[in-house]
Amino acid sequence: FHPAAGPSEPKMAGADGDDSLYPIAVLIDELRNEDVQLRLNSIKKLSTIALALGVERTRTELLPFLTDTIYDEDEVLLALAEQLGNFTMLVGGPEYVHCLLPPLESLATVEETVVRDKAVESLRKISQEHSPVDLEVHFEPLVKRLASGDWFTSRTSACGLFSVCYPRVSSTVKAEIRQHFRTLCSDDTPMVRRAAASKLGEFAKVLELDYVKSDIIPLFTALASDEQDSVRLLAVEACVSIATLLPQEDLETLVMPTLRQAAEDKSWRVRYMVADKFSELQKAVGPEITKNDLVPAFQNLLKDCEAEVRAAAANKVKEFCENLPEDGRETIIMTHILPCVKELVSDTNQHVKSALASVIMGLSTILGKDNTIEHLLPLFLAQLKDECPEVRLNIISNLDCVNEVIGIRQLSQSLLPAIVELAEDAKWRVRLAIIEYMPLLAGQLGVEFFDEKLNSLCMAWLVDHVYAIREAATCNLMKLVEKFGAEWAQNTIVPKVLGMANDPNYLHRMTTLFCINALSEACGQEITTKHMLPVVLKMSNDQVANVRFNVAKCLQKIGPVLDNNALQTEVKPVLEKLAADQDMDVKYFAQEAISVLALA
Amino acid sequence: MSAISASEKVDGFTRKSMRKAQKQKKSQGSSQFRTQSSLVELSPLPQLKDAPSTEQQDLFTQKLQQCCMLFDFMDTVTDLKSKEIKRAALNELVDYVSTNRGVLTEAAYPEIINMISTNIFRTLPPSENPDFDPEEDEPTLEASWPHTQLVYEFLLRFLENPDFQPSMAKRYIDQKFVLQLLELFDSEDPRERDFLKTILHRIYGKFLGLRAFIRKQINNNFLRFIYETDHFNGVAELLEILGSIINGFALPLKAEHKQFLMKVLIPMHTAKSLALFHAQLAYCIVQFLEKDPTLTEPVIRGLLKFWPKTCSQKEVMFLGEIEEILDVIEPTQFKKVQEPLFKQISKCVANPHFQVAERALYFWNNEYILSLIEENIDKVLPIMFGSLYRISKEHWNPTIVALVYNVLKTLMEMNSVLFDELTSSYKAERQSRDREAGQR
Repeated sequence: FHPAAGPSEPKMAGADGDDSLYPIAVLIDELRNEDVQLRLNSIKKLSTIALALGVERTRTELLPFLTDTIYDEDEVLLALAEQLGNFTMLVGGPEYVHCLLPPLESLATVEETVVRDKAVESLRKISQEHSPVDLEVHFEPLVKRLASGDWFTSRTSACGLFSVCYPRVSSTVKAEIRQHFRTLCSDDTPMVRRAAASKLGEFAKVLELDYVKSDIIPLFTALASDEQDSVRLLAVEACVSIATLLPQEDLETLVMPTLRQAAEDKSWRVRYMVADKFSELQKAVGPEITKNDLVPAFQNLLKDCEAEVRAAAANKVKEFCENLPEDGRETIIMTHILPCVKELVSDTNQHVKSALASVIMGLSTILGKDNTIEHLLPLFLAQLKDECPEVRLNIISNLDCVNEVIGIRQLSQSLLPAIVELAEDAKWRVRLAIIEYMPLLAGQLGVEFFDEKLNSLCMAWLVDHVYAIREAATCNLMKLVEKFGAEWAQNTIVPKVLGMANDPNYLHRMTTLFCINALSEACGQEITTKHMLPVVLKMSNDQVANVRFNVAKCLQKIGPVLDNNALQTEVKPVLEKLAADQDMDVKYFAQEAISVLALA
Repeated sequence: MSAISASEKVDGFTRKSMRKAQKQKKSQGSSQFRTQSSLVELSPLPQLKDAPSTEQQDLFTQKLQQCCMLFDFMDTVTDLKSKEIKRAALNELVDYVSTNRGVLTEAAYPEIINMISTNIFRTLPPSENPDFDPEEDEPTLEASWPHTQLVYEFLLRFLENPDFQPSMAKRYIDQKFVLQLLELFDSEDPRERDFLKTILHRIYGKFLGLRAFIRKQINNNFLRFIYETDHFNGVAELLEILGSIINGFALPLKAEHKQFLMKVLIPMHTAKSLALFHAQLAYCIVQFLEKDPTLTEPVIRGLLKFWPKTCSQKEVMFLGEIEEILDVIEPTQFKKVQEPLFKQISKCVANPHFQVAERALYFWNNEYILSLIEENIDKVLPIMFGSLYRISKEHWNPTIVALVYNVLKTLMEMNSVLFDELTSSYKAERQSRDREAGQR
C-alpha cells in the first residue's frame, strides 16, 4: 500500500485548528493503516466523512485524494467503487455528478474483474443522473477513452456503458457510439469480444430499428461465427433480445440462419447455450418459426452426442411443450417430442435422466388424463425405479403435478418401494431430501396409507446416525401432526417418541427432547402436560450433562404451552435443582429458562 | 448406482479412497466425436516401402487421405479392421517422413495439414469430473489415443524433417492453425499436452512471423484463465514454452514483455491451482529478473500484494519463489525491497503452520541471502527481531524453536550491539505491556 502523496494531502490534514478537518484526518490515517480491515472500514464510512466535509470540499479535496489512492487491495477498491455509485447527493447533486467520473474511470480499468464490474455498475447508475448536456460533455468522452484504452480491461468496461448513454445523446454522438461498439466487436482480444457480445442484446434494445438492422445484425452474425466458441455462445444470448426487437417478417432472413447454425455448432458449449436459452428463443421467434424450425432443432438437442447438451434440453421439455401454439400442440408433442423423451428415460447419463425427471411430470397437465395414463405413466414408473437416487427423488418431489391430473393412487404401488429405498439410501443428503417430501406425500396418500406403510420409516429416521437427519425427522413429525391432528399424534407417535427416553444411547434420549420441543405446540396443552412433561422432568436426573441441559432448554421451550400451576409446582423445582447442577452448561441453561419463564 | 457395500463405510460415509477408486474406473472419455455421414470400411493400401519410387508420392497422398477417416473409440467393438488399417497407415506415414528425404513436395503440404487438422482439431468434451482435482484424481484419457498419438508423432516428424520449408508451410500452418492448437492445451490428457508443448515450441522456433501472434494468444489464454474461468489444463506446458522464449528475449526488454510479466505472470499467482504450475511460473519470473534486474522491485511488490492469506500450502510456494529470486538478486535491488519483504518474512516465521515457518527460516541456510542480510543488518534485524524472539519462546513446534535459536544466534553474531539493544527494548516494552494488562 502506497500512502497517498498527492498534492491535496497536506491541505486536507492541515493543522490550522479547523475541527471540520478532523474526520478527514482520521480517514487518511485509517487509509494508511497496514490493516486492510481498517482501510476497508474507513472506505465504508466514506459517506459519513463526505457529509462532514460538505459538498464543496468533498468535490475539491476528498475526490482527488481518492482518485490518487487507487493502488490498494482489491477489497478496498471494490468497496470504493460501490460507494461512489451512491455519492451523487454528497457531491452536490446531479449538477456536479460528473466529479465522480475520474475515480470511477480508474477503477473501471483495474485488472480484478469484480472491482471493474462494480465500477461499471456505479457508472451506469450515475449516468442516469447526468443531464443530457453533461452526458455529452463528461460521460461520453469517458466512454470513448475507455473504448480506446491500451489494455483490454478498459475496453471491456466500455462495453457496458454504451447502452446507458446512447438514448440521451445527439445523433452525431450516437453515430460515434455505434462506431465504437462496432470496433470493440471485432477487437483482437477475445476478452473484449466476449464483453461486447454479452452486451450486444442490451445495446440493440436502445438502438433505432433501422440501426438494429444495419448495425447490430452484421455484428451479431460476425460474433456468432467467431473463431472462439466462448464468443459464439454469447451471441446466442443476444439472439433472444434481437429477435424480440425485429418484426416477424425480418426474422427469417436476419436471425434464423445464424440461430440454425448455432444449434448445430461444432462446439458443444454453443449447443448447450441454445438448449439453455430455448424457452426464451421460442418466445422471441414466435409460433410459426417454432413449428417449422425449433421443433426439429429441439429434437436434435435432445439427441445430442454430449450429455451436457441433452441435460440442458431435457430441462426445457416442459416449458417448450407448454409454450407451443395450442393448435397442434398435442400432435407435436406426441409425434415429435415424446419419442425423444422416451429415449431419455433410459439415457446413459444420470444428469440427463435427473434433469428430465425434474420436469417430466409437468407434461401430464398439458397432455391430459388419458395421454398421461397411456404414455407418461410408464415413464414415471420407469424413472421411479431408476438406479440413480436423484432421478427417483425428482419424480417424487413433483408428484403434485400428477396428483392433479390422475391422482396419486395410480402410482402408489411403485411409489412405496421407491420411497423406502430412498429412505435408506447411503447418502444422508438423499435421506434428508426424501424426509422433506414426507408431509406432502402424507397429505396426498392419506392417513391410512401413511400409518400402514410410512410411519415406521418416519420413526426410524429419529435414530439415524446423522444429526441432520434426526433433526429433519423431528421437524417432519411436527408437520405430520399439523396435518393429521393431535389425536393421531397421541395414538401413533407420542408413545414411540417418549419410549426413546429410556434408550441406553444418550443421543436417542436427546432426540426425545428435541421431538417434544417440536411437538408440544402442535399437540396442545393437555398432551404436553399429561404425557410429555413427566418424561421431561424425569430426564432431569439423567447421568449425561448434555441431556440435562437439554431438559432445561426443553422446559423453556414448552413452558408457554403449560398452565401456571404446572409451571410453579412441577417445572420450577426441577429447574431450581438444575440451576444448582455441578455442570456449568446445565446451570447456565437452567438459569436462562428460569428467567425466560419468569419463575425466579 | 453406488456399488459400495455397507461394510466399506465409515459411520455412513464412504471412505474418500473408495469414492476415488470408483471414479477412476470411469475415467475413459473420448472427445473425438463428429457425426460422419457414412462410415466406409477402409481397405488396406500397398505398403509405401514396397511401392516403386515413382508411385510412392501418390501412395503417400492416398494414405494421408485414408487417415482422414475418424472412428469412435468409445465403441470398442465396431470397425476394428478399419481402425487397424488406419493405425498401420499412420505408423507408415511417421516412418516415411522421418527416414526419407525429398518427400515433402509442395503438393504434400496441404494434404499433410489437412490430415492432421481433421484428426486433432476438435472441441474438447465437457469434463467428466467437474471438480477434477489434478493432484488427486486420475485425468480422463483421450480414448482415440491409439490414432491421435501417431498423428501427433507424424506432425512432429514433419516439422523436424530437414526438408521442411516454413516458407511453403506458412500458408497452412497459419494463425488459425496455431489458435486451434492452443485450444487443445486444455486437454485433460497429459500425454496429449506433452506432444502439444513440443510441437508449439517447434512452430515458434521455425515460424518467425507467428511468434508475436503465439505470445499474444498465450497471453489471452492466461488472462482468461486468471480472470474468467480459473480453469485451463495446459498452463504448466505453456509456461514451460515461455520459459525458454523469455530466455531468448533481446535486451532491452520491450514494453510488451514487461507488461506480460506484471499484468499476466504476477497475477497468475492468485490462481487456485497454483501448485500445478508454480515451478514453471517461478522459472519464468526468475528468467525475467536475470534478463533485467531492475524488474526485481515491482515483481517482489507484486508478489507481496498477492501473498496468500489463508492457504499455507501456497505460502510455502511463495517463499520458495522468493528464495529463487533472492538467489539472483543484485544487492542494490535488495536494498529497495528489504523492508516490505522482511515484514512479510517476519510474519511467515511466526506462522503457526510449521511448514510455513520452517520454509521461511530455511532462508538463513542460504549463504548468499545471509550475506545480503549481513550487509543490511541494521534494517533487517529490527524488522525480524520481535517475531523471532517471540516464537523462540512460544511456537508449539520444537523443530521451529530450534531453528529460530540458530537464526537468532546468526543474527546476534552479525551485530551484537544492535541485538542487545533490541533485546532490552523488547523486554522493556513487554514489561510495560504486562503491567498495563495487569492494571486492567
